[in-house]
Amino acid sequence: MNKLKKQLLAGPYLVWIIGFILLPFLMIVYYAFTNADGGFTMEYLAAVLDANNRKALFLSLELGVICTVLCLLISYPLAMILNGMNIKNQSLVVFLFMLPMWMNFMLRILAWKLLLSKNGVINSFLSLFGFPGVYILNTPAAVVFGMVYDFLPFMLLPVYNSMTRIRKDWLEAAQDLGAGHLAIFFKIILPLTVSGIISGVVMVFVPSLTSFAISEVLGGGKVLLIGNIIEQDFMQGMQWNAGSGLSLVLMVFVIISMALMNLFDKEGEGTAIW
Amino acid sequence: MKNHLIDFIDISKSYDGNMVLDEFNLYVRENEFVTLLGPSGCGKTTTLRLLGGFETPDTGKILFDSEDITNMPPNERKLNTVFQKYSLFPHMTIAENIAFGLKIRKKSKSYINDKIKYALKLVNLEGFENRSTDSLSGGQQQRIAIARAIVNEPKVLLLDEPLGALDLKLRQNMQYELMRLKEELGITFLYVTHDQEEALTMSDTIVVMNQGYIQQIGTPEMIYNEPENAFVADFIGHSNIIDGIMIEDRLVEILGVRMPCVDEGFGTHTPVDVVIRPEDVELVKPEEGALSGEVVSLIFKGVHYELEVMANGYEWLVHTTEYVPVGSKVGIRVIPFNIQIMHKPESSDEKAVEIDE
Repeated sequence: MNKLKKQLLAGPYLVWIIGFILLPFLMIVYYAFTNADGGFTMEYLAAVLDANNRKALFLSLELGVICTVLCLLISYPLAMILNGMNIKNQSLVVFLFMLPMWMNFMLRILAWKLLLSKNGVINSFLSLFGFPGVYILNTPAAVVFGMVYDFLPFMLLPVYNSMTRIRKDWLEAAQDLGAGHLAIFFKIILPLTVSGIISGVVMVFVPSLTSFAISEVLGGGKVLLIGNIIEQDFMQGMQWNAGSGLSLVLMVFVIISMALMNLFDKEGEGTAIW
Repeated sequence: MKNHLIDFIDISKSYDGNMVLDEFNLYVRENEFVTLLGPSGCGKTTTLRLLGGFETPDTGKILFDSEDITNMPPNERKLNTVFQKYSLFPHMTIAENIAFGLKIRKKSKSYINDKIKYALKLVNLEGFENRSTDSLSGGQQQRIAIARAIVNEPKVLLLDEPLGALDLKLRQNMQYELMRLKEELGITFLYVTHDQEEALTMSDTIVVMNQGYIQQIGTPEMIYNEPENAFVADFIGHSNIIDGIMIEDRLVEILGVRMPCVDEGFGTHTPVDVVIRPEDVELVKPEEGALSGEVVSLIFKGVHYELEVMANGYEWLVHTTEYVPVGSKVGIRVIPFNIQIMHKPESSDEKAVEIDE
């Protein structure tokens, strides 16, 4: 009786999972392996090898890697600085870095489009002082910039979390045993933040690989990522089969990243943010 | 007399305006087991951290083997610390933890392996090489922390309340282990604790500290039997500390009763503090004692009973092996040798502080 009650409580979640996760996924799989007439085909999976699609996929991978590396390079020193600050200010500063996340990300990207535009605030400001302007809008650089701006907190938080778990007396013990600053960093701090780094890398790489909105707004339709092609297939061409095929291929990359995260992230830094 | 290995010279240190150490002077000889003993906040841990290099004094200097090491970073000092929280590196095995200092010094693989074996044997944890740190009990972690420190062959081992987190039985075992280690290694130990029993058991020399000042330095026997002031007397075991007046040499008046004692040189009619250990109070028939009173409480403590006897307006703490029921009329007698006379504190610096430990 009691057991039955507990199972009933899980009911709504089961409906949710089936209705909103499992069914859509199965539909994607179905569309990916069938053509418009409903016959079986591998055509749409193989479509990823088309010149255009392949180019878009590689560009996505490239920008995703660049964005992830930049986020890591910015976040790691920043996390070290934050962690070294005195306790009272620490949570406030971390809060400030997280604050933009609470605003709709499309709004923020649109804002950057205005800021970066030819006669936008930034260029007007720069020309006022005689500096050369920044004309990166509609280039991959702008897309990477937008991605880094959007996804930075996803790197910062897990890295910072793993860093706060390093006890000060471990560092003192290392120093006591003869370790200089370099040895402390490479033998204590870095190994103890690996799980945070892995989480951060996955949390940034996956959304940057699949993103299409940032490239559409800041890339001005000139930077075509795999996400944009999928979006066009669904929204413009009504080619659900083609879109599903590419989605499935992309999902393989995502699953590989997630598997890596589970392998290394035993403390669950990554899950703290979702 | 052996050489001074460590000298603290006129060390002062304050945090946010709080004076922790004030004009602190102390030397430690080679192969000595020195214990800094005092309540929390007395400056003992700060002293240890200054020597370890984790703090820099505001004024004064620290000499190590006659060399000024006041501003030397911790990693260059020829001493190692055993931290209160063990501080084993969680991402390394036991063997890697022990090898840490040796690898930094780029010792050969075979040397390191020999050292790991030797150190584990020394702390009675042979075969633990590949265990992870979190599979160990507190006592085992503590011993690994000691092993990790001593493989570097430091001249001095600093121990910051290393037994504080262990239970009583384990703590007592570890006390013997530490004394054995000190004998086998022949190195200097500087030990910090607030546990007076620990200090009495292990030390060659005890330094009793309070509020940044040294209250007394001496052997455990000296500290226990001849406390220099009421603070030391109170901190080292429970005591009866009573206001008295030194009438003349060898005669003191307490609670309106004149009692013969063995101390001299306090002058005549001088106010003093009188210390009488609870185990030195003899209970006799009311008419035979110097004072007489009534038992007001009785607690069984295992080895002895702890009694409180109200006599002449003072509640005497008495340890006795005999059962004396509450309400009994008893006499109190103390032989002259067991009456310890101390100067009253002269300045506020020396003033005894109430302690609830």
